[in-house]
Amino acid sequence: MNALATRHESELALAKAGTKEFVTVHVADQLFGVEVIDIQDVFSLKGLTPVPGARPEIAGVLNLRGRIVTAIDARCRLGLPARPQGFAGMMAVGVEYQGEAYGILVDSVGEVLRLSDSDFEPNPVNLNPNWKDVSQGVYRLEGRLLMTLNIDHLLCVATA
Amino acid sequence: MDELLGEFITETNEFLETVDTQLVVFEADPTDGDTLNSIFRLVHTIKGTCGFLGLPRLQFVAHAGETLLGKFRDGTLVATPDQVQLVLESIDRIKEILAELEATGSEPEGDDSALIGALELAAEGHPAPSAASAAAPAPTPEPVVAPPVVEAAPVSTTGLRWDADLGRELRPGEVSLAELEAAFLSATPDDEIDPVATSTAANEVAAPAAIEPAAPVPERRAAPEMRAIKDDDEDAAAKGGAVSSSQTIRVNVDVLETLMTMVSELVLTRNQLMQMVRNTTDSEFKGPLQRLSAVTAELQDSVMKTRMQPIGSAWKKLPRIVRDAARDLNKKIDLIMDGEATELDRQVLELIKDPLTHMIRNSCDHGLEGPAARVAAGKSEMGSIRLNAYHEGGHIVIEVSDDGAGLSTSRIRDKAIKNGLVSEELAWTMSDAQIHRFIFAPGFSTAAAVTSISGRGVGMDVVRTNIELIGGTIDLQSTEGRGTKFFIKIPLTLAIVSALVVGSRQQCFAIPQLSIVELVGAGSASEHKVEVLNSARVLRLRDRLLPLVDLSEVLGVPPRDPSTSESTSAFVVVMQHSGQLFGVVVDEVFDTEEIVVKPLSKALGDVGTFSGATILGDGSVIMIIDPGAVYRRVGQAEEVVEEALEAVQKKRGQLPETTSMIVFQAGGEQPKAVPLSLVTRLEELDATTFEQGDGRTLVQYRGELMPIVPADPYAPIATTGVQPVLVFTYNGLAAGLAVDKIVDIVDEALDIEMAADRAGLLGVAVLKGKATEVLDVSHYLSLALKNWDDPGVNKPAKHIVLVERNPFFRNLLSPLLRSAGYEVEAVDTVSAALLCAEYRKPSAVLTDIDVDVASARRLLSDDRLAGTSIVALSGSPDADATGFASLVRKSDRESLIAAVEHAANLEIAA
Repeated sequence: MNALATRHESELALAKAGTKEFVTVHVADQLFGVEVIDIQDVFSLKGLTPVPGARPEIAGVLNLRGRIVTAIDARCRLGLPARPQGFAGMMAVGVEYQGEAYGILVDSVGEVLRLSDSDFEPNPVNLNPNWKDVSQGVYRLEGRLLMTLNIDHLLCVATA
Repeated sequence: MDELLGEFITETNEFLETVDTQLVVFEADPTDGDTLNSIFRLVHTIKGTCGFLGLPRLQFVAHAGETLLGKFRDGTLVATPDQVQLVLESIDRIKEILAELEATGSEPEGDDSALIGALELAAEGHPAPSAASAAAPAPTPEPVVAPPVVEAAPVSTTGLRWDADLGRELRPGEVSLAELEAAFLSATPDDEIDPVATSTAANEVAAPAAIEPAAPVPERRAAPEMRAIKDDDEDAAAKGGAVSSSQTIRVNVDVLETLMTMVSELVLTRNQLMQMVRNTTDSEFKGPLQRLSAVTAELQDSVMKTRMQPIGSAWKKLPRIVRDAARDLNKKIDLIMDGEATELDRQVLELIKDPLTHMIRNSCDHGLEGPAARVAAGKSEMGSIRLNAYHEGGHIVIEVSDDGAGLSTSRIRDKAIKNGLVSEELAWTMSDAQIHRFIFAPGFSTAAAVTSISGRGVGMDVVRTNIELIGGTIDLQSTEGRGTKFFIKIPLTLAIVSALVVGSRQQCFAIPQLSIVELVGAGSASEHKVEVLNSARVLRLRDRLLPLVDLSEVLGVPPRDPSTSESTSAFVVVMQHSGQLFGVVVDEVFDTEEIVVKPLSKALGDVGTFSGATILGDGSVIMIIDPGAVYRRVGQAEEVVEEALEAVQKKRGQLPETTSMIVFQAGGEQPKAVPLSLVTRLEELDATTFEQGDGRTLVQYRGELMPIVPADPYAPIATTGVQPVLVFTYNGLAAGLAVDKIVDIVDEALDIEMAADRAGLLGVAVLKGKATEVLDVSHYLSLALKNWDDPGVNKPAKHIVLVERNPFFRNLLSPLLRSAGYEVEAVDTVSAALLCAEYRKPSAVLTDIDVDVASARRLLSDDRLAGTSIVALSGSPDADATGFASLVRKSDRESLIAAVEHAANLEIAA
């Protein structure tokens, strides 16, 4: 009881100290993080209807509980090579952008991490401009780096 | 903006629409006390609310209008059209102020004293001047704000004043009037007016300081709103008393929209469940699912109903518009409306309001004649415009008809030809109905004069575009002198459409049913075959050629391997858009389904091929094809062909002259061609009439015996069925060339790329991308008419020298001239021509000036040709031919012969 309360308080303290919660996703071999508050839901991809004539980063449209969701291929958007086995078995991060439902197709979804601002660093200057557009910076994790993904920036090009 | 103010504006706008309509009804029948009463009540309500909200301008105008109406109501005045016009003007002023109020949130500055003065003057019984002319006289000093209003009128009307008025009225009318008034008083109990009156009075006393009286506001609203909605039930309720206030509530449109979306999703989920259960043989879910299904269907119906509105609400403004138009145009027009209760989706309703208004204006202005013209045509002075709406198979049909002059077919035809919409020849083969449809073409107006009402030439095409935008169609039927009838067919709702699900390249798409005319199977085994005219695909459907486009082309999917395309089955969906019929080739056709249209996200906004997406019963998403996009693609296909041709010509350095060639098949697939200018006629002759004689096939043709030779020496002439024949005439003698099939007429630059080593063949040229044998007509003529080029047969021939460097044209033109009866010496240089002239002076010289105009001019100055006319030949109509007798285009057979004849005659005269 006491321990729980202490832990709770410490979390609160941490939050005050400036932390953010991220859902980690893998795109190709890179670890990305999307802020939890941006995410509506996470689902595995079942059935995707391609839209002929649409931009390459638009993988197609899909039905998510009666809503039509436009699927954005994160690999294509980030300039990464397409998956050899196609879209089958991919995961999607559902987000809302300008009142419309979008799904960002990623290879896999990891866990939820609470990251402290002290581990945050702005984008290195030599970062690929494609990535600079969609990321605000990098978190230093143990052993690897987590690129933040800004959903608005990711989608604004797609809808421009 | 104040919430109260916002409600007031919405509400008042609704009132005003009703007042407009009713005033027109009232004007037509000033004895209609019922109508007058409801007008009075509405204006009164507006006045009362304005006073309460502190809007003095509105209040004063409404008050003055009300005073005049009050006089009509208590019978002291009998309404004249001018007075009604004055009331309408005051309504218009109220609308103006309201619009400003809505935009800025405060009443605009302005002076209404002229209008108010005119209204008061009219109320005092003076012959009413219009507001404009009343601007000059100073407003009567009568205090406008003063409350001696006529609210109390109903009680006093039955009294003395009636008698005074009745004294000058005709007896029969007077009786009915009194009865009417009495009936009206008993039918509408006082409490329907009085609470309003009293609450308003209370408000006026409380004045702007009062914030508390929120209660009277909704109460006041309730009564008139019923009239605004105007339902049969409501009319009954109104007569029965003021109990109905709880039967309607005001619901935000957004709430309804959300409800609609939810129900759509529920329907989809149900469909999914049904599909799942259908696949299992025995399921405990079956029963409950059945119930769920039924309830969902009912729910869908009910929710759809909440979105439905009677079409009459879109027509409310029309009586006023017709009335004003009639006044402006000095016509007498009666507007008859039927089927006002026909309901349709409010979204659709909004979208057809403008087109309808436009069409009604058109009918007033162009459709109906003036009274004098009508009487002269044996019709009644009063023209009528009829609106009729009814349901027909999931659609609503609106008919707009008038009994006016009808469309003038000849004027439309002339205009269509003048505007280049159709060629003159084609125009004369078209039916009247087809001609009439040109009024839907952009920028088409036959109106001689532009009036304030219509005639600016942006008319019916805008109407058509708007109607097609909501998936509707428009057609018309017109009899000259009898009137015109337009049919508008629109879907009941935009949310759910009936669509055909088709497959193309393993993917399914939906095509809205409304744009589909028919479905044709066009596989290799089918009787309909897809044919190709220079890479443009067409389908022969009954008696016309239908341009085709493959759905995959529209979608930008790489085209199928052409080698396999013949073997697979295909379907052609015949669609109509913008009045154009075209076919869309799809691989598979599945089913028609009622689909819920979902908008596309912005990310897909630039695709342009789709109008939306939908979810099918199995949960998969399919895209809905926009018929307009397909139509544009069909048009583009034509442009692509033209562009390709132009590009080829540019590559060749200049625009070479084109020659019309007739392409046919004879003895094999390889196309053959002859210049069209040499062919007199194309005939399809009955092969059984062919006879044999002198070792030749002969046929009796136009009273003469005509020999027929096969175009291919190894292909025999048909003995049964129909034999296509190209007919050549020469010197009054005709000869026929039998071919298998006439394929096309092409207009292309001719380049004979391979010289021929076979008799009867000029060479091989590329026509429309295909190697084509160009036949030497003279060879065939000599086969058919043994002595054809013996000029002595009929008359002594004149001698003509043809200077032409290009062997093709030399071979083309010489038989042409010979067939016209000349003896032709064809040479390739000017020197050779002069040499000819030394031996025998020609009657005329024809020379090409495109290749070397300088040497051609030598002919002009040479002594050997003195007195001989020199005719210039060119591929271009505006080549520099100074000095020559005339300039003729090589491809223009008629003028070439005429020019030569003229030149040769000149020689004789000289």
